[in-house]
Amino acid sequence: MINFDYIRVSTPTAAVDALAKDKAAQWIAGGTNLIDLMKKGVLNPQKLVDINNLPLKEIRKEGKVLRIGALALNSDVSEHELVLQSQPLLAQALKAGASQQIRNMATVGGNMMQRTRCPYFYNPDMPCNKREPGTGCGALKGFNRMHAIFGTSDKCIAVHPSDMCIALVALDATVLVAGPKGERRIPFQNFHRLPGELPQRDNTLERGELILGLEIPDNPFADHVHYLKVRDRSSYAFALVSVAAALALKGKTIQDVRLGMGGVAHKPWRLVEAESFLKGKQATEAVFREAANLAMRGAKGYGQNNFKLKLGPNTIVEALKKATEKA
Amino acid sequence: MDKEFFFDKQAKDPIERVGGRAKVTGAALYTADQQFQNLAYGFLVGSTVAKGRIKSIDTKAAERAPGVLAVITHQNAPKIPGYQTGRDPAKPPTAGQPLRIFYNEEIFYYDQPIALVIADTYERVLHAAKLVKAQYEKGVFQTELGSNLAKAKIPTGPRFEDYKRGEVDGYKNAPVKVEQEYYHPIEVHNPMELGNTLAHWESDQKLMVYTKTQGVEATRKSISDAFKLPPENITVHAEQIGGAFGMGLRTWPYEIAAVMGAQKVGRPLKLVLHREQMFTNVGYRPATQQKIGIGATPDGKLVGITHEAYANTSSYEEFTEATVNLTQFLYACPNVTTRYRLVPLNMCTPIWMRGPGEATGSFALESAMDELAFALNLDPIELRNRNHADVDPEKNQPWSSKYLTECFQMGAEKIGWKNRKLQPRTAQEGDWLVGYGMGTGAFGAMRWAATVKARLQPDGSLLLQCSVNDMGPGTATMMTAVATEAMGLTPAKVRIQMGSTGLPPGPTQGGSNVTATVGAAVNDVCTALKEQIATLLSKEGSRFHTANVHGVKVDDLLFAEGAVSLKQNPAIKMTYTELLQQNGLSVLEQTRESKGQQQQYSMYSFSVHFVKLRVHKPTGRIKIDHVVSCADAGTIVSPTTAASQMIGGAVGGIGMAMMEDLVIDHRFGRPINNNLADYHVPVNADIPNVDVVFVGKKDPYINQMGSKGLGEIALIGMAPAIANAVFNATGKRIRTLPITPDKLMEG
Repeated sequence: MINFDYIRVSTPTAAVDALAKDKAAQWIAGGTNLIDLMKKGVLNPQKLVDINNLPLKEIRKEGKVLRIGALALNSDVSEHELVLQSQPLLAQALKAGASQQIRNMATVGGNMMQRTRCPYFYNPDMPCNKREPGTGCGALKGFNRMHAIFGTSDKCIAVHPSDMCIALVALDATVLVAGPKGERRIPFQNFHRLPGELPQRDNTLERGELILGLEIPDNPFADHVHYLKVRDRSSYAFALVSVAAALALKGKTIQDVRLGMGGVAHKPWRLVEAESFLKGKQATEAVFREAANLAMRGAKGYGQNNFKLKLGPNTIVEALKKATEKA
Repeated sequence: MDKEFFFDKQAKDPIERVGGRAKVTGAALYTADQQFQNLAYGFLVGSTVAKGRIKSIDTKAAERAPGVLAVITHQNAPKIPGYQTGRDPAKPPTAGQPLRIFYNEEIFYYDQPIALVIADTYERVLHAAKLVKAQYEKGVFQTELGSNLAKAKIPTGPRFEDYKRGEVDGYKNAPVKVEQEYYHPIEVHNPMELGNTLAHWESDQKLMVYTKTQGVEATRKSISDAFKLPPENITVHAEQIGGAFGMGLRTWPYEIAAVMGAQKVGRPLKLVLHREQMFTNVGYRPATQQKIGIGATPDGKLVGITHEAYANTSSYEEFTEATVNLTQFLYACPNVTTRYRLVPLNMCTPIWMRGPGEATGSFALESAMDELAFALNLDPIELRNRNHADVDPEKNQPWSSKYLTECFQMGAEKIGWKNRKLQPRTAQEGDWLVGYGMGTGAFGAMRWAATVKARLQPDGSLLLQCSVNDMGPGTATMMTAVATEAMGLTPAKVRIQMGSTGLPPGPTQGGSNVTATVGAAVNDVCTALKEQIATLLSKEGSRFHTANVHGVKVDDLLFAEGAVSLKQNPAIKMTYTELLQQNGLSVLEQTRESKGQQQQYSMYSFSVHFVKLRVHKPTGRIKIDHVVSCADAGTIVSPTTAASQMIGGAVGGIGMAMMEDLVIDHRFGRPINNNLADYHVPVNADIPNVDVVFVGKKDPYINQMGSKGLGEIALIGMAPAIANAVFNATGKRIRTLPITPDKLMEG
């Protein structure tokens, strides 16, 4: 362990100032990922700025919007009455993530900021362009069973690990951030990014920008949602493939639909083409299958993860079927 | 005491786990919990290459770091006298040269210790360890079994010559035959408690060690041989063990390093391995490639079995296990050939992991039996019944006891085997395919030697002492159960002292021997106590010395409720406290050594595991609905801890079948899932209701209780039971473990 300074702040302004003043400082909230990264020597911040005292824990309705503070705990959000009522897909996705102990510590903002679990990223002696640009991608020709099939680059094929974010991308959430230049709003699908030539950048936040919270608009999906996570064991495992499905049905007709996919890309993957295909169609397995095939266009396997080319569409169909069944 | 119903009372009113409360409340002190004044902390630095030589090693930055007391490398390590002989005594019974830590610049495997950093706090030593930098002359390394089969060799020694019964490869002449290959990757023991050692030189000739070992006597011998200290000058403590599963069956280099480090800094030293080091430095179940050829007549009589296994070992030692041995005796079969080969790789030497080679071998053999049953259109249990070995076909002698048929019957009933479809892929519930499978296990019923001291004390309680320790199965509970039955005491009146040298010597906890060995010794020492009691009661003036009874014998007496009475006249009765008082004795004490005898019988424990599961067609997920594990382990001494041991074995078998897989990136020769998030073992949600069924019939020869071992058969046969159930459900035969969703999903 390398020595580091530790301070606490209690307002967003103080938090933003602390990072603006010190380039080697980093915020810490639940710490469920940051501490691991520090222990492994992947990150070595000189100063930790503890933001847990910031007043960003609220979960409340503001008109037609559910507002969730960045420091709300994953466990609290997953069990909150307002979330269960108006955004059950989010609750399901949260409960599929990590373990109860980790959810009790992890915050919503921290969940969005967590780093990939690619083993090459976590081992400073191995090549990884995300950790150390220019060293190469260890996974490209190595262990890549868990890796991406969409939006990859020859620099990085890592996947974004969150479950919560897969629901959020489907639910058209907006991220509220504050930085040295003031506050701004980022549509959730623009928050995370693809690796391209800059795999070291997971998201579009500027240095020193703090997540304040999320806004999720009301939607007509509460009756027909399903988060399906396929994994190697029943709990405490990252997704091989996961799908967040939300349907608005009138009889068997699909009025509206949202689909997010996890375990397949460097960012939460929104299935826009499949969604537009489904709108107005009948909710049948054959239709779902067609949509799933559309969604898989452009997917590319890297050897060990080729199975995702088949598991992916199967999981989309399954999630849609389950969402349809819901009363 | 009616021997036939020796443990009947236990079955009705089992005692709770001795020491269980301390474990679950955190009161139990493990090695790493021990605190000593002036304690120093050690941490090992590992090689970053998998083969080569250390060109240079820079320890200056580490030495200058705050709190650092010493940095030991091959350049400045104190000479270990035992290392100079060229034979490290800390060896398992294998050929080769065990790794001598800090002996020279040679690197045999990734993360091999190259330095021990010692500092005054754990945080400081962790930091300083990161500052040690080495340069290497890199060698060409091999870490993959499959691409190195050409280097396979027969292990040293007559035990490993090819086994032949009847015609070599006689299966080939059978009208119906199956030839297949099976593979499982490296599995790592990963007990919750990390490898850890606390070494304290009380003087330059006197050493005390707390360490994670399954045998304190064996550890003491290793340290004694390495440091050339008389054994009586060494005390080894391992009173609490947080699981081990076999990794504590030898003295590892890190333990020697801790003793060396404590000597160097002249302070007690605590060395706790990091979880990552548990994947690289303390053994594992070796990867094994197996080939089975099996043939039968059309009516399902076995003609021949050939079983070949290629397992990896290290580049410096031959680690062997009984991978092909089950095939030599499990079925009545005239032509059996087995071949066992080792492939050296640049890895740490493996070590037995629960069930060891038999668990590995049973995956291949019992999968192949299932494949043969399918080829014959026979129920797999029927195929086994038609080939039941009434006598041991390998040694051609009778079994001491064998109730395998009972296991089949009881288990089949409990799992609902009659609902199993003979044709695979014919039972479906929605998108889920339903299947049943079974697999057989067997393991030698060992009885080694143990000495137990028993002391009847003034308050009527009994103290038992033995150096055997308990890595989890409930050894103290078992000992308490035997003693309460033998002496007529309540469990609260029995106290156990165990887990350190200086106590009467017990066996290493391995090979499922402890209940048969130590349980028998407890029984024997209690018998000796009872004989002594009978002698005391026979004395002139004793109340028991009546007109009708002159010399009282043990058989005349009833030992119950903390007292002894006359069977003929229960009114003549004396509590143990009164007995001691009347005879002017402070205590009554006996010590007995007890060991197994050479018998003209083949002694094995047997198990059959049954599984009912579902496979989700679109996503390949497996949901196990029900497990039934049946065991013929003779008399069950402690039903609750025995059942727990069976459940633990089932969980281990489920992990073996569906999850465990040490992934090595062969380009770098190092593991990449070396943490408990990425190396999967089952979670609670993966485990269904596990029903445990014991046949419970005593073995007439192994010991007085009739108890055979249980620890290994709890796991042996579980992995093939799952693979066979998957086949029954889906029609897909998975011959490479683990069986993950990607292998089963359908398009």
